[in-house]
Amino acid sequence: MKLLLAPAVVVLAVFAAALTALFRWSLLEFIPGSLQTGGLTLANFRGVLAPQYLDAIRDTVVLSALTTGLTLVLSYPVAYALASTPSRRVRSVLLVLTLAPFFTGAIVRTYAWVLVLGNTVVTWPLPMLFTERGVLVGLVHFSMPTMILILAAALSHIDPVYARAATSLGARPSRVFWRVTLPLSMPGIVSGCLIVFAWTLSAFPTPELLGGGKVKMIANVVKDLGLDSFNWPGAAAFAMLALVLTLTLLVGLGRLTGGRVA
Amino acid sequence: MTLRLVVAALVAFMTLPTVVVIAVSFNPTAILSFPPAGFSLRWYANVLGYPQFQRAALNSLVVTAAAVAVALPIGTLAALALERGRLRGRNLWAALLLSPLVVPGVAAGLGFLILAAALGLLRSRSVLIAAHVALVLPFVVRSVWVSVRNLDPALERAAASLGATPWRVFRRVTLPLLRPGLFAGLLFAIVVSVNEFVVSLFISNRVTEILPVAMFTYVVNYTDPSIAALSTLFIGATFLVVWLADRYLGLGRVFLQH
Repeated sequence: MKLLLAPAVVVLAVFAAALTALFRWSLLEFIPGSLQTGGLTLANFRGVLAPQYLDAIRDTVVLSALTTGLTLVLSYPVAYALASTPSRRVRSVLLVLTLAPFFTGAIVRTYAWVLVLGNTVVTWPLPMLFTERGVLVGLVHFSMPTMILILAAALSHIDPVYARAATSLGARPSRVFWRVTLPLSMPGIVSGCLIVFAWTLSAFPTPELLGGGKVKMIANVVKDLGLDSFNWPGAAAFAMLALVLTLTLLVGLGRLTGGRVA
Repeated sequence: MTLRLVVAALVAFMTLPTVVVIAVSFNPTAILSFPPAGFSLRWYANVLGYPQFQRAALNSLVVTAAAVAVALPIGTLAALALERGRLRGRNLWAALLLSPLVVPGVAAGLGFLILAAALGLLRSRSVLIAAHVALVLPFVVRSVWVSVRNLDPALERAAASLGATPWRVFRRVTLPLLRPGLFAGLLFAIVVSVNEFVVSLFISNRVTEILPVAMFTYVVNYTDPSIAALSTLFIGATFLVVWLADRYLGLGRVFLQH
């Protein structure tokens, strides 16, 4: 039986080799204009703290936090409807409409927002395309399907007898929601927020296309350094930062939810 | 009533970009306008006749087919081992097998790029395929694992006690009973691989790049609605897949398990 795992272990080993290569290069000295590297150094990680990069890190954290909050507020009603509708038809329509963007690729989804935010027909009250506002809209739209699924799963696990008990004891529907349903859906809220936050920290196509080079998040810096400036050691240090941030959050989530990462 | 209105507005927000892309794809002029000034299929003709997209579509087909063909059996065996193997540290194994899911795309992409450069494989599709195998494997493992868990071992024991060889039990009892999980795993693997962008961007060039990467390059360099046409084709295919999956698998059952 254990032998059945062997092929999967080979795949994991290849993946681990790629991440090991990344780690090793993050510690190698960058020689400008060359793909050759010097000796071991911590200079790349000091480079991460240079002022223009600190801005990117700060923007990343702020945008991720805003995305998480907005996504939660906008996803909850849809998840609630999904979990509580008695009609199979409504549920099916909601599921297909909310899941379809989940299955359409990042490029198609982001390009769609380029069209919406950058069109010449509707004039937005504030400039949207190539601003942080525009990136925020794209990130929220991108995160909603994930959040809706996690919240709907949590809400559909709640036994309806609690709400019925509260109602029969005289609570108004709004009180039932705020005092019973919402607190019982807390595990879903916590894991949904952590997952969305962690994913947004390393978002790439959305800031790249909707930010138009003016909004830089951590992943965009990795791409600029690695693919445009051929500074692989510097890019590797940034990628390690993204990796460590994401893993810390998700391992923390695993602790919180007893190893059950959505 | 208010809830209904709010939900309708939110679903409209989620669907809005899709609607705009489809409308723009039939727009006759190169300057984006909405609502469209007329009806034209010129961007479809443009996209289908663009050599770089043809090459990228072929690359996508090869990479996805190869990656899924490798990952499906590997993931199925791993799922069987996870559920049946009486492994020590089973949770750790499960976490390891699902771990590629949580690694940021730029980290995996740059790592594979450095690895490929060290091995002199930068010009071939093999690195792309290897990376896609690792990225779709978690989806296969998770889907098949659910099916293995729901499989009653008594059925296999019954077949064995009636004289079937282990191989025959596997082929005639185990595999057919795992079909829903295998099908879901296959579906997820194809969808993830076809849409994979970030990692592929790092490890492909103009010759090996797959469709999402070619689309990205086009969006960055040109502003005509060709990508809207290609996106509409993607969206059409996706809706078909999601609708079929809901029809035959029940998305509710897959995503909202009780």
